[in-house]
Amino acid sequence: MNLTLKAWRQSGPKDSGRMVTYQAKDVSPDMSFLEMLDVVNEQLILAGDDPIAFDHDCREGICGMCGMVINGVAHGEQRATTTCQLHMRHFEDGATVTIEPWRAAPFPVVKDLVVDRSAFDRIIQAGGFVSVPAGSAPDAHSLPVRKEDADDAFDAATCIGCGACVAACPNGSASLFTAAKITHLSLLPQGQPERIARAKSMVDQMDAEGFGGCTNTGECTAVCPKGIPLDTIARMNSDYLKANAK
Amino acid sequence: MKYTEGAEIRDTKAPDGPIEERWEKRKFSAKLVNPANKRKLQVIVVGTGLAGGSAAATLGELGYNVKSFCYQDSPRRAHSIAAQGGINAAKNYRGDGDSIYRLFYDTVKGGDFRARESNVYRLAQVSVNIIDQAVAQGVPFAREYGGLLDTRSFGGAQVSRTFYARGQTGQQLLLGAYQALERQVAAGTVEMFTRHEMLELIVSDGRARGIIVRDMVTGEIERHMADAVVLATGGYGNVFYLSTNAKGCNTTAIWRAHEQGAYFANPCYTQIHPTCIPVSGEYQSKLTLMSESLRNDGRVWVPVAAGDTRAPGDIPEAERDYYLERIYPAFGNLVPRDIASRAAKNVCDEGRGVGPGGLGVYLDFRDAINRLGRDAVEKKYGNLFEMYERITGEDPYTQPMRIYPAVHYTMGGLWVDYDLQSTIPGLFVIGEANFSDHGANRLGASALMQGLADGYFVLPTTIGDYLANGPYGEVDEEVVAEAEIKVRTKIDKLLSVNGTRTPDSFHRELGRIMWEYCGMERTEESLRKALELIPSLREEFWRDVKVSGTAEELNQVLEKAGRVADFFDLAELMCLDALVRTESCGGHFRAESQDADGEALRDDEHFAHVSAWEHTPEGPVLHKEPLEYEYVKMSQRSYK
Amino acid sequence: MTATIERGSATAPVTSPAKASPPSTPKKTGGFLGSSNGKKVVMAVTGAIMVGFLALHMLGNLKIFLGNDSFNEYAHALRTLGEPLVPYRTVLTVLEAILLISVVLHMWAAISLARRAGRARPVKYVAKKSQAQGYTTHIMRWGGVTIALYLVWHLLDLTFGVVNPKGFDSSPADRMIAGFQPERWWVTLIYVIALVMVGLHLRHGLWSGFQTLGWAKDRRRTLKLAAGAVSAVIVLGFLAPPIAIMIGFGK
Ligand SMILES: Cc1cc2nc3c(=O)[nH]c(=O)nc-3n(C[C@H](O)[C@H](O)[C@H](O)COP(=O)(O)OP(=O)(O)OC[C@H]3O[C@@H](n4cnc5c(N)ncnc54)[C@H](O)[C@@H]3O)c2cc1C
Ligand code: HEM
Ligand code: HEM
Ligand code: SF4
Ligand code: F3S
Ligand code: FES
Repeated sequence: MNLTLKAWRQSGPKDSGRMVTYQAKDVSPDMSFLEMLDVVNEQLILAGDDPIAFDHDCREGICGMCGMVINGVAHGEQRATTTCQLHMRHFEDGATVTIEPWRAAPFPVVKDLVVDRSAFDRIIQAGGFVSVPAGSAPDAHSLPVRKEDADDAFDAATCIGCGACVAACPNGSASLFTAAKITHLSLLPQGQPERIARAKSMVDQMDAEGFGGCTNTGECTAVCPKGIPLDTIARMNSDYLKANAK
Repeated sequence: MKYTEGAEIRDTKAPDGPIEERWEKRKFSAKLVNPANKRKLQVIVVGTGLAGGSAAATLGELGYNVKSFCYQDSPRRAHSIAAQGGINAAKNYRGDGDSIYRLFYDTVKGGDFRARESNVYRLAQVSVNIIDQAVAQGVPFAREYGGLLDTRSFGGAQVSRTFYARGQTGQQLLLGAYQALERQVAAGTVEMFTRHEMLELIVSDGRARGIIVRDMVTGEIERHMADAVVLATGGYGNVFYLSTNAKGCNTTAIWRAHEQGAYFANPCYTQIHPTCIPVSGEYQSKLTLMSESLRNDGRVWVPVAAGDTRAPGDIPEAERDYYLERIYPAFGNLVPRDIASRAAKNVCDEGRGVGPGGLGVYLDFRDAINRLGRDAVEKKYGNLFEMYERITGEDPYTQPMRIYPAVHYTMGGLWVDYDLQSTIPGLFVIGEANFSDHGANRLGASALMQGLADGYFVLPTTIGDYLANGPYGEVDEEVVAEAEIKVRTKIDKLLSVNGTRTPDSFHRELGRIMWEYCGMERTEESLRKALELIPSLREEFWRDVKVSGTAEELNQVLEKAGRVADFFDLAELMCLDALVRTESCGGHFRAESQDADGEALRDDEHFAHVSAWEHTPEGPVLHKEPLEYEYVKMSQRSYK
Repeated sequence: MTATIERGSATAPVTSPAKASPPSTPKKTGGFLGSSNGKKVVMAVTGAIMVGFLALHMLGNLKIFLGNDSFNEYAHALRTLGEPLVPYRTVLTVLEAILLISVVLHMWAAISLARRAGRARPVKYVAKKSQAQGYTTHIMRWGGVTIALYLVWHLLDLTFGVVNPKGFDSSPADRMIAGFQPERWWVTLIYVIALVMVGLHLRHGLWSGFQTLGWAKDRRRTLKLAAGAVSAVIVLGFLAPPIAIMIGFGK
């Protein structure tokens, strides 16, 4: 199949960027989206052009490194799928595909489709952990955890930190990401001692990074490759309120 | 390729005495650093996977000044994140007869008697603490209805000792370590450098004292100095181009250290994982693993007749060959990886493979779905099935999966002693980057265990001993400048060739050579062939590679080219190592050395040693470290 | 040649990393009300007050069906609430004040969140496709503005009677019946449009408020259905009198 690509090109943070059109020829439907870009890039390199820079690593949907807005949808239109797991069989021959980076002030563009997501790390630094130095832990069975809680905590913990939620949110809010971590830890007994303080500091950090506020539009969960549910945001809000009631 | 043989390695610094007491003994004999002095000591940790992440966090907690590096945009993305199946620990929560000793025994045997007893025993001991630590951090392991931790069995073991978090165990464990690391970043003990690639090791006065890195965003070349350097840069399976490793996995960091004097041990021991999704086309950029936990309930088969092209559902029971169950009745589908992989290759060589090119075997869940119900199967493996469907477009609930072996893990790595210190004093190597604990074959769910054992528990103790013996004086400015020039020269050279082939095209070709001639089955002839092809391809690379862009920007082509350049050198050493080791053992199968049934035949008389390679201008020098077994009797491995 | 920068000294003891920069100290958040979550809580609480008012207002309006007197009595009762303990119109005035404050706070929070969102995405997407209820952001923000404009008109019409044929000095029931006569169909139309906006606003706003206050954890589906039902009841309840009047009721 053949495709017309309209990709965002931006040489660096200071450049203002523009959409550039490329033709992708002889694309196999078994290729992943990134493999398709690999092929385009190989041609660009040989032509002496700058290949389209994009982040990726594991290529199996777990590291959270890849991510681009494809035809207006973060990670593309296939639900619960990262860009690297999106396959060309879902596109039509002859289609035009627009490719843009995550767009949010706290995620400045580094180059082309590569953005800086270190704001997420700083949100975790603000409290997304349980304070247990190595070697100080009690026996793992000393604290049973209800299976349902463990399962729900796991569901929240599967967030891969890709940032699609921010990219899709009309407010540029990082609520789903932040809430996923807060929920993961607040559902487990191990997370209780720091629970309230954690919610406050993480939410405050999220604001300080310049993300927007959540108005519960649900775009985030719809594009989230791990299907992190909106309940997590309710849980975060509830913990945040408790923190402020203190 | 010529090599010479050097002196044997006699001392690995493991204490003697009863094996149960050795680690205690070492911990007690290790010197401690005065807490006030720790703040004045700088440690560099390269890599933020399970090994590096846990090490940097723990060293930070202990009060050292730590600098942590990774090439991704966040430490959370290290390739450990991709581990699916689980992590072993000798907790014996099931009461099914597991014990530290049994885990030790299984690991030594699984490694085909090519691992050190002392190290493996320590690993089994520490495994217990890892689970405690992870649970306390909030790692959401799978639980049973009673609220206690669930476990499952994994390839190569008959007890249920593998702890897991659905199909995302590595992710959850890594996030635990990452969060501990970020906690230290916030506390100011760890300084994080993301999107920084280590390109050279600084060795001053015979000691590792720093690294040269490239800021991958700006292209700046930076020098970082320290009192000790820890490499936790993961495996080098990407030398095969197609592997289950992440695209960025590389050998650069450890290869630079090797060139600076660190011995490289057992480079040829490569693990081929039996359950990966088969290759579908030329453009394929990586292979995807299906966790081998699938082998707990899936049955592996191929048609009895060669060239049978019927759809799997049309092949009657009598015409299916459940070959693992047939050949290995005791372990059945749960035989270790090397055995399962080779068996798959054998049936495909017989023309009985399925799918495109006949390179695949079925992994069938029909019986499990009938027995347990679709829901139960979905609960256990749902995400893996989904992943399979996404990639292949086929539904594994109604149609058996097709799987094929793929390069997955490298048991080889930098040689380290019992303290995890390489032959360069002050250079410690942990996780997959070292060679230490798995011998010639790694058992499933043991890499996560080893990475975390090294990072949380072993290294923080042993590095203290090294640092307590310091300080080691000023770093020679000259050496630093030299290292930097070396890095710059290489970058400039890559950019200046301006040839006609992309780095990827070279990498693909190198990978094909390695898979063909140094892959699942190796012969003297194939290895000699590879040793001819690699140097000429390398020569072509340096003559004809095309690297676009400049050095002063984010330049992914340049990054790639640098990594491929190092892969060439490593590939050559791997083939040499494979050529010299004329026995078969674990992941290294020399066709010349097999028994009547086609099983790997070890040659303990000549090869019960670690092959540690030294890099010299005159060529590689082989140092043998003899392996002695006091506790586990060496025997021919049998899983029948 | 690339530039070099050097970090850390070349001797054993190395300067500790930038210790004072744990980014966990947010730049400025301005306390609870300054935080995005705090503002959302303000929206939710003021929204709830307004919804409460709307419900009562709707019930009151429905009294028109019990006859003009019943309606006038109710309007009167509102003004004499709490008498003789407090003077005429005290309670009502207090309620009106609360309502006014709510509207103002609600709008303040809405505007500041919208501006925050604008800053969070300085470069817009070339292509953007919604995957959820894409209309909500627009309906909430532009719908809110529409409602506000409508309110102004509404107060001029039925409270102050400025734009009402009966003028200020008439009974509420008269004003209402006069206002919605068939020849003034366009007035009714304004009301209908406004109420549809109110309905949509509430449909999202109601469950959103629960979510904001953290009460929507496990019951999102139910809450969404309930929010839809309540909004529908409010819209229909409000629209019943004007439409009835237009088609001849009260003549
Ligand atoms: C698909 C898959 C599934 C697996 N499943 C299991 C399993 O179920 N159980 C199990 O026990 N094991 C499993 N393994 C093996 C296991 O995951 C790895 O061996 C282990 O995680 C390696 O951890 P590590 O910390 O040593 O390295 P990695 O996690 O690979 O980390 C390497 C780090 O080094 C950094 N780095 C590398 N090079 C440089 C450089 N030049 N400069 C700067 N930084 C650099 C990277 O950024 C990264 O942070 C699996 C492996 C794969 C590939
Ligand atoms: C007078 C009647 C009004 C009522 C009953 C009402 C009610 C509500 C409620 C309950 C919410 C939910 C709060 C939350 O999301 O947590 C809300 C949100 C909102 N309201 Fe109103 N509101 C009214 C008027 C207005 C007006 C006049 C505006 C415009 C300026 C407005 C703008 C908004 C906005 C922007 C939101 C948040 C948007 C969102 O959640 O997506 N509202 N409103
Ligand atoms: C068809 C629908 C409506 C009708 C017939 C109606 C009718 C009236 C009447 C008759 C009054 C004057 C009451 C008095 O002076 O005692 C009034 C007041 C008011 N109405 Fe409505 N109304 C309607 C819808 C709405 C809506 C949707 C809103 C809000 C968004 C609203 C907000 C108000 C307010 C704020 C007042 C002033 C209350 C006060 O000053 O105490 N009304 N309405
Ligand atoms: S919540 Fe979902 S979309 Fe957001 S970062 Fe996590 S995985 Fe990505
Ligand atoms: S899309 Fe944005 S508005 Fe909230 S529900 Fe998700 S963060
Ligand atoms: S590359 Fe890792 S999630 Fe896509």
